[in-house]
Amino acid sequence: MGEFEQLYRELILDHYKSPRNHGLLDPADASAEGQNPLCGDEIAVTVRLGADDRIEEVGFDGRGCAISQAATSMLTDLVKGKTAQEVAEMPKDDLLDELGIPLTPVRLKCAILGLGVLKLALHKARGTPLPEEWGTSARDLVLE
Amino acid sequence: MSREYDADVAVTAKTTLDAQRLRADFPIFEQTFHGKPLAFLDSAASSQKPRQMLEAMTHFYETSYANVHRGVYQLAERATEALELSREKVRALLNAPSAREVIFVRNATEGINLVAYAWGLSNLGPGDLVVVTELEHHSNFVPWQYIAHRTGAGFRMIPLDDHGQLRLDELDSIAREGNVKVVATGVVSNSLGTMNPVDRLAAWAHEHGAIMVADGAQSAPHMKMDVQALGCDFVAISAHKMCGPSGVGALWGKAELLERMEPFLTGGHMIRSVGVDDSTWGELPHKFEAGTAPMAEAVGFGAAIDYLTEIGFDAIERYEHELAAYALDKLAELPWVTSYGPPADRRAGIVSFNVDGVHPHDVAQVLDFEGIAIRAGHHCCQPLMRKLGVAATNRASFYLYTIPDEIDRLVDGLHKVRKAFG
Repeated sequence: MGEFEQLYRELILDHYKSPRNHGLLDPADASAEGQNPLCGDEIAVTVRLGADDRIEEVGFDGRGCAISQAATSMLTDLVKGKTAQEVAEMPKDDLLDELGIPLTPVRLKCAILGLGVLKLALHKARGTPLPEEWGTSARDLVLE
Repeated sequence: MSREYDADVAVTAKTTLDAQRLRADFPIFEQTFHGKPLAFLDSAASSQKPRQMLEAMTHFYETSYANVHRGVYQLAERATEALELSREKVRALLNAPSAREVIFVRNATEGINLVAYAWGLSNLGPGDLVVVTELEHHSNFVPWQYIAHRTGAGFRMIPLDDHGQLRLDELDSIAREGNVKVVATGVVSNSLGTMNPVDRLAAWAHEHGAIMVADGAQSAPHMKMDVQALGCDFVAISAHKMCGPSGVGALWGKAELLERMEPFLTGGHMIRSVGVDDSTWGELPHKFEAGTAPMAEAVGFGAAIDYLTEIGFDAIERYEHELAAYALDKLAELPWVTSYGPPADRRAGIVSFNVDGVHPHDVAQVLDFEGIAIRAGHHCCQPLMRKLGVAATNRASFYLYTIPDEIDRLVDGLHKVRKAFG
């Protein structure tokens, strides 16, 4: 089952079965939740920020496929110590490189859901920019 | 292939279809996916296409193509005849009283929007109620919710019981909340396969002076439909789910209602006369068919109806029940699989299920590696998913070309899923 092992490589299954930074922080300096309307994957992210709006702690909760949950788990490790602005500007490829698996367009949405929710949380709390490709309707929704 | 299954089939040999033979009509099965033959268990989303239908469309383009209802030349007449012959085939399929009540639309969704806009905007207001079901596909839910909001009408859902069947005992309390003006339901649920009691809902609707709108997209492919016996006022269907092409469907409506309605889309072909100050509308069905029709698609739709009629809807329905029963039995042997919906004898060829602790996306992905295509998601039924308490399910759906071997492969695949994620 070569294709299976390519997609669900050991690291992915490990993060899926034992997610890092799992559980929401309370209190938190920034928080947001989001879902993938195509498949109903849900992710909530909470963040504690230190000096210079640097991410000190991050916690997430969610339910969804192995790719979405593992990617968010890996993301939480990746962003610790980065500033809100650095995360806002972080290209999705940084996370995808970390994942290191072939993704179809549908599964790509699963993989970057957590990153989008994190960017949204920081935007709400610190006004950092949202990705251009989200378009104006998503931005309006976010600003409510 | 299972022997028990064959024995069941043999009892009803006279009207049973030969799925193995019919598969040869479908070119899609000549390919492999991930090196394996295709087990296509997603027909409820859209069906595969028989060569006979594809050839009818090609033949139309090669020999009879011109814009319809326009030219006086022979070729245009030929095209018009082909389109109108298809309209007559849809009429016969639905046992509609008249072909002028059959409107070609893009799909069932567009047909329902036509009714919601053209009837709803002029007939709904504060104090009125639009009633849908908790099982409803978004196609027969969102248009009504939207038009209710626009007109100030109330919007209510008939809830489900634990078997995925409508709670008709709730109807009286719904009726006490306002003037019931629209009752909208699918004939068969696309998620659970539940067959709804449309005739009883129609009787209730008419008692309250409401119109009855049925989404037939999931039933027309699988069973004989009779709009007069169902007692509906409008029925919408999609060709693509019943061996026809994408891009065409039909709305049937009672002429007396259609005639009193405002148009939905306006433009060419649907007018009687156009002036600077005002325009008047053409006769049925043209009043609701603005612009150039999906002509070749309609011809393909007609050929698909011929194909299904030749096999026989009774045989198709019975065969799908057998497949559903077979699949439910097989899934019941897996204690780590939960299936949803009513018993096999009260459902169409649709089985929704979850594998304990494994998200449907991951299930579908692993099955794909085995050449098995199923649907994973909310199936355009988010209210129903909330009721079931799940974000999504896996759905295997069957059609006349499904063979029991594909269900066996599904079960084998689920063991692999279990092994990988369990």
